[in-house]
Amino acid sequence: MRVLMFGWEFPPHIAGGLGTACEGIVKGLAANGVETLFVMPSASGDEDQSATTIINASDVPVDTVSESVEEYLEKVKFIHIGSNMIPYANPEEFSRLVEEEKKRQVKDFSISYGQKYKFSGKYGASLMEEVARYAMVGGTIALQRKDQFDVIHAHDWLTYYAGIAAKELTGKPLVIHVHATSFDRGSVDNIDTRVFAIERKGMEMADRVVTVSNLTRNTVITRYGIDPAKVVTVHNAVDFSGRENLQVERGVKEPVVTFLGRITYQKGPEYFIEAAAKVLKRTGNVRFVMAGSGDMMNRAIRHAARLGISDRFHFTGFLRGADVQKMFALSDVYIMPSISEPFGISPLEAMRTGVPSIISKQSGAAEVLKYAFKVDFWDVDAIADDIYALLSYPALASFSNRMGYEEVNALKWNGATAKLKQVYESVVK
Amino acid sequence: MATSKSICLYFQVHQPTRLRLYRFFDIGKDSHYYDDFANRTILRRVATKCYLPMNQLMLELIAKHKGKFKIAYSISGSALEQFRRFAPEVIESFKALAATGKVEFLCETYYHSLASLASESEFRHQVLKHAALIEELFGVKPTAFRNTELIYSDGIGEMVYDLGYKTMLTEGARHIMGWRSPNYVYTGHTQSKLKLLLRNYSLSDDIAFRFSNQGWDMWPLTAEKYVDWLGKSAGEGDIVNLFMDYETFGEHQSADSGIFEFMRALPAAVLADGTFGFVTPSEAVKKHKPISDISVEDPISWADEERDLTAWLGNELQSEAYKKVYAMTEKLSIVNDAELWEDFGHLQESDHFYYMCTKFFSDGEVHKYFNPYDTPYEAFINYMNVISDFQIRLDEAHAALDVKAAAVEELGSLKRKRK
Repeated sequence: MRVLMFGWEFPPHIAGGLGTACEGIVKGLAANGVETLFVMPSASGDEDQSATTIINASDVPVDTVSESVEEYLEKVKFIHIGSNMIPYANPEEFSRLVEEEKKRQVKDFSISYGQKYKFSGKYGASLMEEVARYAMVGGTIALQRKDQFDVIHAHDWLTYYAGIAAKELTGKPLVIHVHATSFDRGSVDNIDTRVFAIERKGMEMADRVVTVSNLTRNTVITRYGIDPAKVVTVHNAVDFSGRENLQVERGVKEPVVTFLGRITYQKGPEYFIEAAAKVLKRTGNVRFVMAGSGDMMNRAIRHAARLGISDRFHFTGFLRGADVQKMFALSDVYIMPSISEPFGISPLEAMRTGVPSIISKQSGAAEVLKYAFKVDFWDVDAIADDIYALLSYPALASFSNRMGYEEVNALKWNGATAKLKQVYESVVK
Repeated sequence: MATSKSICLYFQVHQPTRLRLYRFFDIGKDSHYYDDFANRTILRRVATKCYLPMNQLMLELIAKHKGKFKIAYSISGSALEQFRRFAPEVIESFKALAATGKVEFLCETYYHSLASLASESEFRHQVLKHAALIEELFGVKPTAFRNTELIYSDGIGEMVYDLGYKTMLTEGARHIMGWRSPNYVYTGHTQSKLKLLLRNYSLSDDIAFRFSNQGWDMWPLTAEKYVDWLGKSAGEGDIVNLFMDYETFGEHQSADSGIFEFMRALPAAVLADGTFGFVTPSEAVKKHKPISDISVEDPISWADEERDLTAWLGNELQSEAYKKVYAMTEKLSIVNDAELWEDFGHLQESDHFYYMCTKFFSDGEVHKYFNPYDTPYEAFINYMNVISDFQIRLDEAHAALDVKAAAVEELGSLKRKRK
């Protein structure tokens, strides 16, 4: 089995969790005897290619279309260029991107035939243009390597057009992989309709739709109107190999309850703050940390101040690299009260570090984690109860530590990708 | 013949003890809170651009006018500490000014704090501490008082009087003055023995804020023009109180705006005109009789359009930080540790609260100028992290005290048993 895979990023240069998941998937597939060609818009050359072959779309000129440009355009006419799309940018990035966008005019892509296009590979302001160009280059690559793969696999909406183009031009089956949907990025009545349209197009054109959780599978079926028969859940896993647990000297004596992630509406930060205030009414022997940044951060700071808990509720701002590990190592309880979370890898990281996790039932991770504490995101009392219990009853914490550690270590990509291989087999005739 | 009307010039000298970037990860590990580099750099810059040249100019003018030119300073304890550490020559130049006998040094809260609003005992402590330092450095015990940012209310006036001060400076805030003129001496409403000098904000701000503004229809301001305004503004009044930040000269208004030349020319122009003489605050209340009392129920200040406390205590972040820091007062008195007292003092500096101000609009420019943080949120987070570490130290010291007390108690009971 050979797969032409379209991704957007790949470690070590990643902005979100998508690149990490893709690395886990290609490695797991390799272990299951599946070869992959991994296409990405902008490779740096320092990616680990032990399990896959990386194709840098920025190196491929769009001039090798087999029949004619007209036919090519006919097949990929669904591609439109938009601009000023900023789906994943955090506030710090936003102002920088606006500046960049001012300098850089979006040009008509038709003039670039026969040329290479230098993708940024980021989630920038010209994202829609990059998505469209990526589809053209993707189609070209698929034609060039027509005999080197049996199935096409595209990760998240950014690559769906590329996947569709490859399918249209080669006739090979297409699997799309839904790591998140528009409904996880905006509230139900505030989604980006252009992204929604691309997502639905991808799901409709696909032979199989893989979702990272049943929660997401349900979204795909009900919100995008996709036939349940072709939607399959393959839960995410996590690769901890080579990860040593950090020994960190603690500054504060009190146990630390941590939230780590983007401080945005979907992550439910205000439920954490409310729960913290409730716990603090009962015990002063605890500290809370909200690590990360996002468009709700300032509101969260005011919220904590209003509740009068700011001497026990700390903000760290955006954490990178080693500071993330350090934060986990300093934590005693981890909390992910997401309103909508297709999967949510962070509680797995926490449990791997020996930190018991409280997660919302509205997260995909809740489907696989038996030893995490599960609450409804809006149930502040239940969150507070769980925090208090984990802090007050050492037996509970040590039990969930031990069991949680074993549990997350068992969530291997090898298992997840074996299921993925079955999905491929079901569409390759 | 003595002139009948007076000008009272008072300059505020203050530098905050800026905090370093203090992360959550530092809490409980590192209890050095201050950005020594920024504090030294800024202090040295302002000393070169403002304090030293301006002191020199004042000294020359006092000598030139043979006792007819007088001024007053209030120098916060925080600023004096930094002068001692980073620019001792500034202290020497203030001493030279003190030696002329024509300069009055006012008393204020040592840490340029909001203690007058929060805790009477802390307020008293800081006033006494400041008065002692002023006397030590300049050889004169202060007799007039100015509170942080000219914050004043009837209640604060009573506390100040009880501490032995019969003269206090505050803002001639429009909302309390109504139709009345700031150009007279007033008394407190509930403490009628306390004399009040009210800032003429319009004439003060002509120098402090508008001087170099070329968009101002009165630009450029000359000493002659200004003397003309003084006369018109004074009208029937007795005294014009010109109160401003000392950093106006050379720092807020740069040297090339001509601010030093203006100040050099001003005393001569005033004295030549003959309408006014210069007085210090304590002389002013001897020379001019109060015309009435003035009632101030809610505290006023000299800041922003509102002339109230909203620059420091206007939003929930500021209130939270303020409540948390002053909630520690009682425990601190029990522990009574010199190092903790000192940090507690610096953490009370009003500037920390000012940095958390979210009034971005009318006075936003001024706030921005004075603010080392990009956003009020950063200021708040940083401050609360520091406060958290401070609280840990305080709690540990308090717990150690309990252990000690228990040991003493146990020892006592052992001794009793032996008998």
